[in-house]
Amino acid sequence: MKRPLHSSRVLLIAVALTFLGLFLLLPLLVVFAQALSKGVVAYAGAIADPTAWAAIKLTLLVAAIAVPCNLVFGVAAAWAITKFEFRGKSALITLIDLPFAVSPVIAGLVFILLFGSHGWFGGLLREHHIRVVFAVPGIVLATIFVTFPFIARELIPVMQSQGKDDEQTALSLGATGWQTFWRVTLPNIRWGLLYGVLLANARAMGEFGAVSVVSGHIRGLTNTMPLHVEILYNEYNYTAAFAVASLLALLALLTLAGKSFLEWRQPELRHAARQSLDRTRS
Amino acid sequence: MAKPVEAIESNKRARRRPQRVLPGFGLTLGYTMVYLSLVVLIPLSAVFLRSLGSGLGHFWEVVSAPRVLASLQLSFGASLIAASINVVFGLIVSWVLVRYTFPFKRLVDAMVDLPFALPTAVAGIALTALYAPNGWLGKWLMSLGIKVAFTPLGIVVALTFIGLPFVVRTLQPVLEDLDKEVEQAAATLGASSAQAFARVILPALWPALLTGFALAFARAVGEYGSVIFIAGNMPMKSEIAPLLIVTKLEQYDYAGATAIAVVMLVLSFTIMLGINALQHWALTRHGGR
Repeated sequence: MKRPLHSSRVLLIAVALTFLGLFLLLPLLVVFAQALSKGVVAYAGAIADPTAWAAIKLTLLVAAIAVPCNLVFGVAAAWAITKFEFRGKSALITLIDLPFAVSPVIAGLVFILLFGSHGWFGGLLREHHIRVVFAVPGIVLATIFVTFPFIARELIPVMQSQGKDDEQTALSLGATGWQTFWRVTLPNIRWGLLYGVLLANARAMGEFGAVSVVSGHIRGLTNTMPLHVEILYNEYNYTAAFAVASLLALLALLTLAGKSFLEWRQPELRHAARQSLDRTRS
Repeated sequence: MAKPVEAIESNKRARRRPQRVLPGFGLTLGYTMVYLSLVVLIPLSAVFLRSLGSGLGHFWEVVSAPRVLASLQLSFGASLIAASINVVFGLIVSWVLVRYTFPFKRLVDAMVDLPFALPTAVAGIALTALYAPNGWLGKWLMSLGIKVAFTPLGIVVALTFIGLPFVVRTLQPVLEDLDKEVEQAAATLGASSAQAFARVILPALWPALLTGFALAFARAVGEYGSVIFIAGNMPMKSEIAPLLIVTKLEQYDYAGATAIAVVMLVLSFTIMLGINALQHWALTRHGGR
């Protein structure tokens, strides 16, 4: 009984690790290998390039606007959904998840149709000399769209499992609504909130498809880091492309480390999402 | 778009009920609805309204063009294959991570989320570098006569990469909750481990497998960044539908781009709804969680 189980265990572990090694580890390694293939000087030169810097700054700016917007929304949505009963709640949760089912390219297209020169508001924007598409506002909007569900999605199960007893106690002791939120709810949900911010930020900084459609690819002006990687790659400047890509890969590794840390702090974060969403749905 | 209205209606009705203790219902739900409408619902409805604007005849003309049909077929076909590969290997990976212990298991477990965290453009150029004819894996595969980069096979590789965590993360919690005693009972009753797997474990995993498949599939259909570098992007051969949307936009063919977008949105929403229904059926039939 024991021996066949053991051999199948070794086989299964070998298959799983080989698959993960080929599909996850090798792509990660190749990024750093290619980035450093011409030496550290070439690597540093590619990153110190002014257009690379402009791309890094724009990426940070876009994430710094998009993530807080979705943070406020996520908290509001989670509060409404988990603290109250109302009809259409499951429909609302489905609608919040909608951007996950939309291709990033379509997310970009949507804003071209609204704010492009032939779009619904194109004429109006031109009259007031406001550029949305092929400019920073369009990039921000597309990023907000693709990262829309992240924070709400992580917060809903966390707040669902905490119930509303703490808040009710605070209120009955005379706290105002805002005091209750800042002093009771926020400390309770801080790890879940950070978790959502971390995931939303990784996607915001790494988004390619949606941003590519609305950016216009103006070097030094509307190129985010992923778009800069694409331009360098298409110019056959592989070392520089992989050098900038390695910064994004480092961001991904930091995100994974942060994610693991938060899951260690609050183990419920790991699998809470799906189970509680199912519970709120049913 | 009747559902948000329904939610607002219920909001009005609910406010009259007296037993509500916590404040902020109107504010938070109101803000949620306004923000959701401005960022997601109104922009998405623009796609559908614009596609109606140019007439049904033109819509059909765009959608039935051979190049468009080929790209849709490729996008949905490659996604189907990739999601299937992910179900098989995702099951093995999550099984190994839940049931066995081995060195660096926590690190391996954390790495599964890499495709979520790694920007798609980075994944795209990394996979291309690996599978290109002079790449680490491509060189070796070339000697076997297999060409991956710049062929539809490369698209499947990229879509498998981005879809893997969906299956693993959906299966893991279900496997963790699965009672080992049930398998042991099956074993004491004389079932082989293969029989126990097929008769006891698989039926319990089936809804989660479907969900993971659906999530990986939905993500793969719309994927752009990781695919375009490795695909080769030859019209009729290795051109995915999202790329064709971008190409049409670059040619200022907004009606054409919108028509393809509508087809993609409708197809992926339909498939998601279908799989949700199937999953619901599996849940009620097997009485699982």
